[in-house]
Order: sequence, then C-alpha cells, then structure tokens
Amino acid sequence: MKARSPALQVLLGVAPILLTLVAATAILLVAGANPLAAFGQIISGAFESPRKLADVAMAMVPLLLCAAGMLVTFAAGLWNIGVEGQVVAGALATTWVALRLNAPAAVLLPLTVLAGMAGGALWGLLIGLIRTKGKVNEIFAGLGLNYVSMALTNYLIFGPWKPPDGATMSGTDPFPRAAWMPVIGTSRASLPAILLAVAGIVVIWWLLRDSQWGLRLKAVGQNENAAYRLGIRTSREIVLAFMVCGMLAGLAGSLQTTAVYRRLIPSISGGYGYMAQLVVLLSGLRAQAVPLVVLFFAAIQVGSPRLELRMYLDSSLGGVLQAGTVLFFLLVRGLRQRLSKE
Amino acid sequence: MRIEFRNLDKCYGSVRANDKISLTLQSGTIQGLLGENGAGKTTLMKILSGYTRADGGEVLLDGTAVTFASPAQAIAHGIGMLHQDPMDVPALSVLDNFMLGAGRGLAQQRKRSAAQLTELSRQFGFALDPDATAGSLSVGERQQLELVRLLALGVQVVVLDEPTTGISEPQKLLLFAALRKLAEQGLTVIFVSHKLAEVEALCSRAVVLRTGRVVGEVQAPFSSDQLVMMMFGQCFSRGGRPAAPLGDEVLQLDDIAVHTHQLSVEHISLGVRAGEVIGLAGLEGSGQRLLMQACAGIRRVGSGRITLAGQDMTHEPYHRYLQERVAFVPAARLEEGMIAGLQIREHVALAKGNGHLFVRWDEAEAGARRLIDEFRVVGQPTTRVQELSGGNQQRTLLGLLPEHLRLLLLEHPTRGLDVESSRWIWQRLLARRADGTAILFTSTDLDELVDHSDRIVVFSGGAMSRPVSAADVTCEQLGYLIGGRHA
Repeated sequence: MKARSPALQVLLGVAPILLTLVAATAILLVAGANPLAAFGQIISGAFESPRKLADVAMAMVPLLLCAAGMLVTFAAGLWNIGVEGQVVAGALATTWVALRLNAPAAVLLPLTVLAGMAGGALWGLLIGLIRTKGKVNEIFAGLGLNYVSMALTNYLIFGPWKPPDGATMSGTDPFPRAAWMPVIGTSRASLPAILLAVAGIVVIWWLLRDSQWGLRLKAVGQNENAAYRLGIRTSREIVLAFMVCGMLAGLAGSLQTTAVYRRLIPSISGGYGYMAQLVVLLSGLRAQAVPLVVLFFAAIQVGSPRLELRMYLDSSLGGVLQAGTVLFFLLVRGLRQRLSKE
Repeated sequence: MRIEFRNLDKCYGSVRANDKISLTLQSGTIQGLLGENGAGKTTLMKILSGYTRADGGEVLLDGTAVTFASPAQAIAHGIGMLHQDPMDVPALSVLDNFMLGAGRGLAQQRKRSAAQLTELSRQFGFALDPDATAGSLSVGERQQLELVRLLALGVQVVVLDEPTTGISEPQKLLLFAALRKLAEQGLTVIFVSHKLAEVEALCSRAVVLRTGRVVGEVQAPFSSDQLVMMMFGQCFSRGGRPAAPLGDEVLQLDDIAVHTHQLSVEHISLGVRAGEVIGLAGLEGSGQRLLMQACAGIRRVGSGRITLAGQDMTHEPYHRYLQERVAFVPAARLEEGMIAGLQIREHVALAKGNGHLFVRWDEAEAGARRLIDEFRVVGQPTTRVQELSGGNQQRTLLGLLPEHLRLLLLEHPTRGLDVESSRWIWQRLLARRADGTAILFTSTDLDELVDHSDRIVVFSGGAMSRPVSAADVTCEQLGYLIGGRHA
C-alpha cells in the first residue's frame, strides 16, 4: 500500500459521515424542513434528560449483544441474517420460563437469562446445521428461520400464551414481578441488563483476539478450504459460531422481555437483529469500535421520534441516517481499496 | 486474419508468464501451440481473446494494433476462445446459451437463432438438442455448443485451449473434422495442447513455448523427438543423492478408481515403502492430482482399497489420515495450503494447537521465529502469508508440517523456486526419509523427477504407467510417456 497524505486519510475517514449529512440535508430540504433544527431535535431527543439517557442505554443493550454475536459469525466468514430470529427465539424461551415457572426472583431471573441464551443457541444450531449438513447458504437459512420465529411468536401470543381475557396485539399478560429485571430507581435503565451487555462484548472481544477458538474461526472465515486442510473441523466451528452468536442474540431477546417490555409482544426483536448487521459493518468488524457505533445508532433510535412530535416529519429519517452512514462507509472503504491498489 | 504478437510481456507476481513473445500466425491454418504446463500458452491466448491484458508489447490483426478490454471486444474483432472448462450457463438451455452475447436489440430472435443453431450443428455433424439444459450435456457437447456459438457471432479466429481434455474419442474426431473444415473456410484455428499426437495429426504448423518464451516454430510433418526436446528442454546430469534404506510397506493402493465429471482415474495399484520417494509425472490434469487427493483422504475413491501401515483407510475421513500422520502440501499454496490474511505466527499457533483455551502468543511467536530461522523464510512472525513471495510461502508451508510423518504428499514442491531454493528444499525433504517417511510428489520438471525419485509413474489421460526405476529412465523416455506416446 502506498503512503498517502494524512490530510487525505482524515478526509476519507470523515467522508462517510459528511456524505450522510449532505444526503439527509437534501432529503430534509425537499421535505421543506430546516435541516439544522431537525438534527438538533434528534440530539436533544436522545441526550436532554437522564430519562432519555436511560432509554439510550437500554437501546444499546440488544445492539451490543447482537453485534457481539455477529462479530463471531463474521469472523467465521458467515452472513448471519438469522440474528433477528435468534433474538426472538431467546425471547420465546424466556417467556416460557417466566410464565410457567413459579419461583422467587433470585432463582427465576437467572433462569430466564439461561433460557434466553439456550433458545437463541438452539436457533443458531438450526441455521448451522442447515448450512453444514444441508449445504444451504446461511443467508437463506437465517432469513427463512426469521419468518418462522415471527410466525411462532404470533401463534404463541394468540394461542397457548394468550391472556385469559383474550389475545391482542399488545402481547401476553405482563410477567410476574419475580421475572422483572430490576431497574435503577424509577428510571427504565436496568443495571443487570447493561452489565450483561457490556460483559458480552468484552468477552467476545477477548475471545476473538486471544483464544485458540477465535483463531480457528478466523482461519475458517478467511479460507475454509485451507483451514480444513490444516486439521480444523470446519463444520463444527461453523455450527459453534452460529450457536455462540445465537446465545448472545437470545440473551438480547431475553432482556427485551424481562427488562424492557416485561411481557412478550409480537415484534419483540424490534428489528435490533437487522440493525446489528449495520453496526458491525460500520465498525469494520472490530469489537473495540462497536460500542461507539452502537451509541450512535441507539441515540438516533431514541432521538428521532422527536422529529414526528415536534416537526411533523416521519421518524424513519433516523433509519435513513443509520443506513446511509453504513452505505457511505462501505462506499468510501471500497474507494479507498481502489485507491490503494492503483 | 493474420495475427502478430510483438514483444508481448505478462507477469503474474514474480512469474513471467509471457516473456517478449513475438510470433506470426497465418489465416486459413490450424496452428498448434505446444508446451508443458506453465509454459505460457494459456496466458498468451487469454491476452489475444481479451480476458487479460498484456503488460507490454502489442497484438496486431492484419497489421493493425489492437488492445481488448474485454472478451466482448475481442469477439467483435472476430476472435473467440474456447476455454479448458466450458464457460456456459449450465442452468440455461442450449438455445439460450447459443443466443447469449449475440443480442444487440432488446427483442430476442428465438426462431432465427434456433434455425441458425440447427444449420450450424448440421454443417459439423453435431447433435445438439436446443431445449436441453447446457448442464445436462457432456463436456464434448458443451464444447460443440461453445464452438457454434462463437461461429454464429462471426469469429474469424478460434482459439481452443486443451480442447480434448475430458471428451470422448468420437467427439474428438468430430471436433477435429470441424476444425479442418473451418481452416478450409479461411478461419484461423489455434490449437493449444500438450499432446504431441494430436498436434501431429491436426496442425500444419506448431509453435513451442517454454517458460514464457518461444523456443521453436516447426512445419508439419513434425519430428516427435524434436518436439519433445523443445518442450522439455535438455536433461542435465543427475546429481547423486544419498540412498536411504527402505522399510516396510507404508501405503498400499489396490485397484483404486477416482472419478470426476472431467476425468476418470482407474486401476491404480501401487505399493510404497517407508523411506521411498515416488515421482508422479504427467501433464497437469492427467490424474495425478486426483490420486494424491485420494491418498490424503481429501477425495473419495469410487472403488478399490487404500491401506496405510496395514489399516484399511479407504472410507475414513480426512481427520483419520491426519492422525495416521499423512500430510498433504497442495500446489495452490494460498488457496488450499495457507490462510491469506493470517500471520505466520497465527499459522504456527493453528498448526501446533496447544490444547488450551487461549493462544500463547509468546510460544507462537517463538515457534514462528524458529520456523523463519530454520527454513530461511524472508519475513517476520507477524508477516501475513500473502505478503510472502512464492518461495517463502513454500518454505513456510513445509515448516508448518508436523514432525515424524508416515506419508508426505507434495504437489509441485519446488514450482516457481530458484535452483538453490529447490536444492535446499529437497535436502530437507529427503532428510525425512531417515524417519521412515514415504514421499509421493507430482512435478512437471523431468529433472526433478529423475533426480529425487526412487521410482516414477507417469499419468496420461487418467491412466497410470507401470512404475519405472528413476535410475534407469531417461528424460526422453519420460517425455514420450507424458506426451501419451510409448517410447
């Protein structure tokens, strides 16, 4: 690679954000809104009060967990579109434990966490087996199972788990108090949930950097064929990668039910599984960059509904900002690679 | 159309695939392009047909210099190439494939195309069913399809790259008849091959390439001796090598058969003793690679029995072979042997696998340093393997091999290496014989085969010759065997 001037490096580094802002500004101008006011609304909507900060923190929890999981599958060279379904599977397993088991919180809460992780891991196992035994591309396996998980959720909410006074789109009955993750004071922030998410990303960062397993995954991801020749059981590693990712995503789903909604709702995953793909791509597959990117995504997520309330703009502009940044990031990276090749 | 190459250069990394090639090909002839693997035939033809661009020099068509940015441009100039592997769309029908690349306008002209296809097939005696999917055809039929497709596009020059690999004898005769007809019609046919008999039967003129250079141009009738000499070069005197005592039989192959869609290797029986070195000669794609893969447990055998040190290993998985201390060093170092993107020390950590949860980076680092010192690799423990030169990749790969192997399988162990490196690598390899390691290796370098083998077997079109003692064989004899002739 040729050495480039530092100015150009910096320019290429911030280019994705600048380009996104330019694109968003253009959209806002077309919509007849003041771009600066709109961006200001998003920022204040995310950070103006402790209450908002708590919301941002809780939005970061599932994103951190899903992104940690996807770092594992990406390391193994896999496109795990099925994270969304793994989140749901974790939520379902947790709900089953929360609704069926009668136990004090000290027993029940750890069980809900374990159940969520097991549920997600099971969903990951399915994708892994379909990929390795059935030779079906993991993208299709994952996508298909996402729909299965959605259908299963609706069936359970409107069937076996329906509230005594009739099923509605608002989900199951609230869980018993013993299955509520404790929150800080009267805020919505749950310390155990936040700690679990932080632990998730730290452990994965550590394992991928220093463990024999992380090295094997990397080998499989870079060259499955050569890794096999070197004596790595590639199929086993691939299935395991899906299961570990599923475990973390399942934990995210579990915490969505016990710490956020305290019940199972039809769209329990909230699209966090898909959003985590963008997070991981934007972080350049580096675990240390994930928290910052997650903060950015969570802030937009929490801040953008303001646009609707205060400026009568559609809050999906937040999604445009998130996805646009990723798109421009990838474009600029492609451009960089071309520049360095020539 | 007259084709001229002037001082054509093409490098892949440090390998000069074409080295100042100058050559003139006249129209209305069938022109043979001979050479062993890696001689630069395919590269030259890919430049001509727009798949690759030359680094230097020029191509002239009827005196006008041209450069093609894509195969489509080459076809527009009347140059079409049939590749070694059919490049059609297997899921589409014969007619659809036939029409690919032809459409200028939006509307397809199925009827007209179907009539054209039928007419061309009839002319050459091909039996192509327009409605069958291309994937259901044999390799020979797919080649016929590709040929009529190019003709329909109006090409004046047809390049065929090893067209007789994997097709049946009747199909071959049909193809040859078609090519003769095309030459009569004034087209230029370039027939790329390593098979002497075919070039002798078909071509009016032959050009021989070796290591990227033109080493000779000959008119028919050809002298086989002369062609063999030009293709393989002179045989140098063999250096003495210390003999090693042979031990018990390590590997026993009983009537092995391996099949792929292109090639069948059948009736392979061979016994290999501890400390013995067996060279597998033959042009690439003659079956030796399939046999090596079968012996490494990577490819399933269709029938027969593989016995390793007395144990039946025929249908055992690859990991059992590793446990039985069989190692395979593939020719495609970066595709199959090592992991591009990972460092040397990461390879060491993977290969040695310490059984702990965490990688001991200090140990891996020390191991990598030892490997670098011992195998004289130019690199650092943190160098990513794709940044190493070919020779250093090969040294690294050999350095990663476990100690005390029972059977070592090597594909082209010194390909692309200079003389000194090759000599050094062989010294290391032969030293393993003291341990009772049996070595099987493939090579296209006759000197290497003769110098280092105890016995040599020659592959030709999927058949294996009887083993000959390396001490009694001459390079000329080997050259004949490789060219599919009996000496």
